[in-house]
Amino acid sequence: MESSRRSFLKIAGISALGLGAKPVLDVMASSGEAAKPETIRDPKALLAKRWGMVIDTRKLQTEEDLKPMIDICNKIHNIPHFENHLHEIKWIWSEEFENDFPMQEADFLDDRLKHMPFLTLCNHCNVPPCVRVCPTKATFKREDGIVMMDYHRCIGCRFCMAACPYGSRSFNFRDPRPFIKKLYTGYPTRTKGVVEKCDFCAERLAVGEIPACVEVSKGAIAFGDLDDLNSEVRKLLRDNYAIRRKPALGTGPSVFYIV
Amino acid sequence: MLEKALTGTKRYYGWMAALLAVIGVGFICYLWQFTFGLGLTGMSRDVSWGFYVAQFTFLVGVAASAVMVVLPYYLHNYKAFGRITILGEFLAVASVSMCILFIFVDLGQPIRIMNVILHPTPNSMLFWDMIVLNGYLFLNIIVGWKVLEAERNNVPPAGWLKPLIYLSIPWAVSIHTVTAYLYCGLPGRGFWLTAILAPRFLASAFAAGPAFLILLCMLVRKITKFDPGREQIQSLAKVVAYAISVNVFFFLCEVFVAFYSKIPEHTEHLKYLFVGLHGHGVLVPWMWASLILMVLAIILLVNPVTRKNETVLALACVAVFVGTWIDKGLGMISGGFVPNPLNHVTEYVPTLPELAISIGVWAVGFLILTALYKIAVTIKEEVEGLI
Repeated sequence: MESSRRSFLKIAGISALGLGAKPVLDVMASSGEAAKPETIRDPKALLAKRWGMVIDTRKLQTEEDLKPMIDICNKIHNIPHFENHLHEIKWIWSEEFENDFPMQEADFLDDRLKHMPFLTLCNHCNVPPCVRVCPTKATFKREDGIVMMDYHRCIGCRFCMAACPYGSRSFNFRDPRPFIKKLYTGYPTRTKGVVEKCDFCAERLAVGEIPACVEVSKGAIAFGDLDDLNSEVRKLLRDNYAIRRKPALGTGPSVFYIV
Repeated sequence: MLEKALTGTKRYYGWMAALLAVIGVGFICYLWQFTFGLGLTGMSRDVSWGFYVAQFTFLVGVAASAVMVVLPYYLHNYKAFGRITILGEFLAVASVSMCILFIFVDLGQPIRIMNVILHPTPNSMLFWDMIVLNGYLFLNIIVGWKVLEAERNNVPPAGWLKPLIYLSIPWAVSIHTVTAYLYCGLPGRGFWLTAILAPRFLASAFAAGPAFLILLCMLVRKITKFDPGREQIQSLAKVVAYAISVNVFFFLCEVFVAFYSKIPEHTEHLKYLFVGLHGHGVLVPWMWASLILMVLAIILLVNPVTRKNETVLALACVAVFVGTWIDKGLGMISGGFVPNPLNHVTEYVPTLPELAISIGVWAVGFLILTALYKIAVTIKEEVEGLI
């Protein structure tokens, strides 16, 4: 009796070890080219080495100027609206200069600039801390620089929210679906318990459309490949002095502000 | 040996039943949270970690402190601690169990928890925390159990245990180091971005854990026939005295660096905790209470006259435990999130269901602790011929 129980436990233990080790071994083994899944790309898809955004704040002076961009984003991404501000979901919103650029505030800043609303969104960092800390790779950086979320893999540990130095991430503290004003069928809704944020409209880029906020900005926001010398964003950055949020942290934001 | 936990006095059964009732309330609240979401708690977009993660952080420290009895006994052959190593190890088992539960109840999608193993991600500190915590749990269960079994059978412990015992010493340091690394490697969180966060965590751990162990030893002596011993308690008291002093010293180092450099990102969090920021200061009385308790404990523990008086010692240990609990279990996590990276102040206060779930997890820990201590103490009583 004793020996059979012992041998059963041995086998059970070894089996559990084997099952546990399999995914780890799979990761080691998947370095070969053959293991890569094939992706079928829309021929119209917009491609870049590193997507980036340049916001010309001279053209966006008031909350009214920002509203169309914020509204279109909320609409096409099924962003819920909660009365309780603790549970807010925000992808793109407005902040004052001192909140967006805390270490760059100038004492005698022009009053116009001081109280002007600044568009605030995920910076799609070149060295994203959120990706570094995620324990499941549910948030990851694509080859084109976009920092994405896999809503189906996220375990809701919120480590990425602690790591983001820009407060760009939101968590679904409750089921968001009843709080979506009008359901938009072109983008998935989320479930409670997962983190979300701006994804540079990756779903639109994939079918050849530029991000929605850029489209409605009447030229105030430029979007393009930061790696391409001839792109519009690079031209704007050559001709104007632009700032980024918290550059000292070394995260390398891909969103630039011309002030 | 497990059968020892199943029989006991009426008082034992009553205590266990009371714990089960508390666990039941916590479990019902957890089911509520499971269906509604983490919106049931006081956490928010700005303060995205709260009471659960703070309890986890504090308890990792209590768990790590087992090394304070294991190290002197096994590495320096300090015989006196042989009587209480098992109490330290079993305290670690109960604490790590609570840590794992606190992480679990904090997840937004708990049913996906296995994703951490299915998609192993070594660049995430949480991945390493899972490894060190589970490893430490198993090390302490195996070592504690086998050494106790050998003691009962009046034979020396098996030879293969030695490497595991030695391994458990640096492993204890690792669990609290990795836990500190969860916080101190994050850019833009000035309060945590300090190289002495791991040393600070260890110092407060080696104060809080042994202080709690002293109280447990006194309790064991009072309600059972087994006496952990006066020398043991006094030696532990010296450990607590040094550790709590170092903890307060480390804290003062942080205060100096923040306020002499005057870098806002570092001063604002301390200001929020100790004097309030922009009219918000829900934690101010708590933080001052914590500091006063810790300083009071230093005075009582460093002075040999008061330390040797066991009544005063017990009070000092309560002061250490409560003081470090406020410091880590309340201030450490909230303090890091307020103000948020955009300099807005959103305060955090736990909700009642959140507290009920937390108390439920603590009750699970006490249930495990009581059962394990019951086994250990009964065997000690048998070996010493007391029953």
